[in-house]
Amino acid sequence: MAREVTRRRKITFTVIGWLIGLTLFFPILWTILTSFKTEGEAIATPPSFLFFQWTFENYFEVQSRSDYLKHAMNSVVISLGSTGLGLLVAIPAAWSMAFSPTRRTKDVLMWMLSTKMLPPVGVLVPIYLLFRDFDLLDTRIGLVMVLMLMNLPIIVWMLYTYFKEIPGEILEAARMDGATLGKEIAYILAPMAVPGIASTLLLNIILAWNEAFWTLNLTAADAAPLSAFIASYSSPEGLFWAKLSAASTLAIAPILVMGWFSQKQLVRGLTFGAVK
Amino acid sequence: MKPIRIALAAGALLGSTSLVAAETLTIATVNNGDMIRMQKLTEAFTAKHPGIELEWVTMEENVLRQKVTTDIATKGGQYDVMTIGTYEVPIWAKQNWLVALDGLGADYDVDDLLPAIRDGLSIDGKLYAAPFYGESSMVMYRKDLFESAGLKMPPAPTWEFVADAARKITDKDNEVYGVCLRGKAGWGENMAFLSATANSFGARWFDMDWEPQFDSEQWKTTLQFYVDLMNDAGPPGASSNGFNENLALFQTGKCGMWIDATVAASFVTNPAESQVADKVGFALAPDNGLGKRGNWLWAWSLAVPAGSAKKDAAQTFIAWATSKEYLALVAEKEGWANVPPGTRKSLYANPEYQKAAPFAEMTLQSINSADPTEPAVDPVPYVGVQFVAIPEFQGIGTAVGQQFSAALAGTVTVEQALQNAQNLTTREMKRGGYIK
Repeated sequence: MAREVTRRRKITFTVIGWLIGLTLFFPILWTILTSFKTEGEAIATPPSFLFFQWTFENYFEVQSRSDYLKHAMNSVVISLGSTGLGLLVAIPAAWSMAFSPTRRTKDVLMWMLSTKMLPPVGVLVPIYLLFRDFDLLDTRIGLVMVLMLMNLPIIVWMLYTYFKEIPGEILEAARMDGATLGKEIAYILAPMAVPGIASTLLLNIILAWNEAFWTLNLTAADAAPLSAFIASYSSPEGLFWAKLSAASTLAIAPILVMGWFSQKQLVRGLTFGAVK
Repeated sequence: MKPIRIALAAGALLGSTSLVAAETLTIATVNNGDMIRMQKLTEAFTAKHPGIELEWVTMEENVLRQKVTTDIATKGGQYDVMTIGTYEVPIWAKQNWLVALDGLGADYDVDDLLPAIRDGLSIDGKLYAAPFYGESSMVMYRKDLFESAGLKMPPAPTWEFVADAARKITDKDNEVYGVCLRGKAGWGENMAFLSATANSFGARWFDMDWEPQFDSEQWKTTLQFYVDLMNDAGPPGASSNGFNENLALFQTGKCGMWIDATVAASFVTNPAESQVADKVGFALAPDNGLGKRGNWLWAWSLAVPAGSAKKDAAQTFIAWATSKEYLALVAEKEGWANVPPGTRKSLYANPEYQKAAPFAEMTLQSINSADPTEPAVDPVPYVGVQFVAIPEFQGIGTAVGQQFSAALAGTVTVEQALQNAQNLTTREMKRGGYIK
């Protein structure tokens, strides 16, 4: 009897899980499907789900109009660069706050978080002026820096919560066994911190990849990443939905694939702090 | 040592010539058919001007506006040519943000530009942006539906006729709606349509002392007329419909009439996209017999920001892109129907163009009948038909648009929406120092 209930419950949860998953995935699926339609079929009502004339014409058009690889390369450099640089700064910061907190640690953390509460457009003009004066407009290095600064509070907070999970007693035990500081870091702390660092890395790459305020406003032709690539296909006067869908599919494909392969790591990292 | 020196000198020479050769213009532009066509014709320009290379930054309209406004206000100098509209030109020119276009060349024939468009882009007789394409608004209607309802569209209809016809054609069971109009909130969305419509009802945004006029009887009549008409004869969910949504509805045969940008004519008559391509007729935007029609005026234009370091090359490009030769080039490569409309008199005098574009005559009449300097029945202190050319208008226009969109959705009454619009506009105008 008890097993019966469990199985039924399992089936119910599986069905609900799939339903939620499919609902969340549907807009992406629809975008991908639309990218293979003609512009006429893209606006047809009722829309056809799978039975339409499949065409690659939109992808050819997008490829002939803009340089996808250049934009994609910019996205890769900017998201990896800003995340890498962010980790370099955030790991020591989070480490010290987690393992040797002071009276003001909580305040510092709150202050960092508060910088995320200001709408970015509020500092657009000052940052633009700084970029202009330092010749950073439309450069990758400028975007790497600004995205690193924007995401830094999140990186520090995530790492801080992961590091807090590592019990100080283990470190004490290692010390009792005669471990030096170097050994302590290499054999005790690092292996326990790696999953947290990895999931922070993945999440921030995704955040930087999807960022569409600074990447649009601070770039023109040279450093424009995929967000600008998508924006060039959106139009309030003219129905270019199929082309826009093709551009969107191309823009999300790399990050989607990356997310697919690392989903275990991501989910583990994101739920890590919850089980206390 | 000698060969090395020669090599160094040669290298320096090569370097300097390549520097001269590679003067690259960065052009910011909007994503629409005519601009994309221009982008594809880049080689025709660079072949003629080997010293200039073109780099395109294409953007959705609102993103573009935010980017170029930031850049020009801070003199960032990221762009050498900007695509801007009739709203920006007078404001930016007064701020000395734009270069006066006096280097377009002797054969540019500036007198060939349509006067309404040219006036909108000039300050004190000086041209600050060259029109790439111009548009007004007009009625597009389904000839077959009119015929089966026993109606005949006059070339210059009244609002009364349009409202009657819309109600007669509406067949909600078969998803045919008499009229599709913009409802989505935004200064360039529903407010473009409603401001132009209000002009034909005798309403205006401000009186000569910059006092907002939403408490006037004329505005009440305008908004009530619009809301009633859309409730009776409009598609469901109209408060979220903009140009694209209505275009999709019209092209799939769900609208009897659509009053919107003249540029839509080439889309709805294109058999590759439109299911009703051979059934579309055109008429002037409606009026109320007060001397003003409900049509707007807009021109996407090319301008040189004062912060650009390549002003001469930029003007060379603009002269090419807005010239008669460019129109002929597009006609040769893509056919006359695809030529950017609404900028030059000579285009409308061309019999080949008239033959290829059945909407040409109506577009020209619509553009000519719009007067940005005297848009309303009563005198106004501002320039602009469907906008008010002051920097505050984008914010005010969108906030008022949200009120009117809410009135259409039925979440506030017409009276409330107008009262809210009056209050918020008064507050912003006080803040801007226009009124005390």
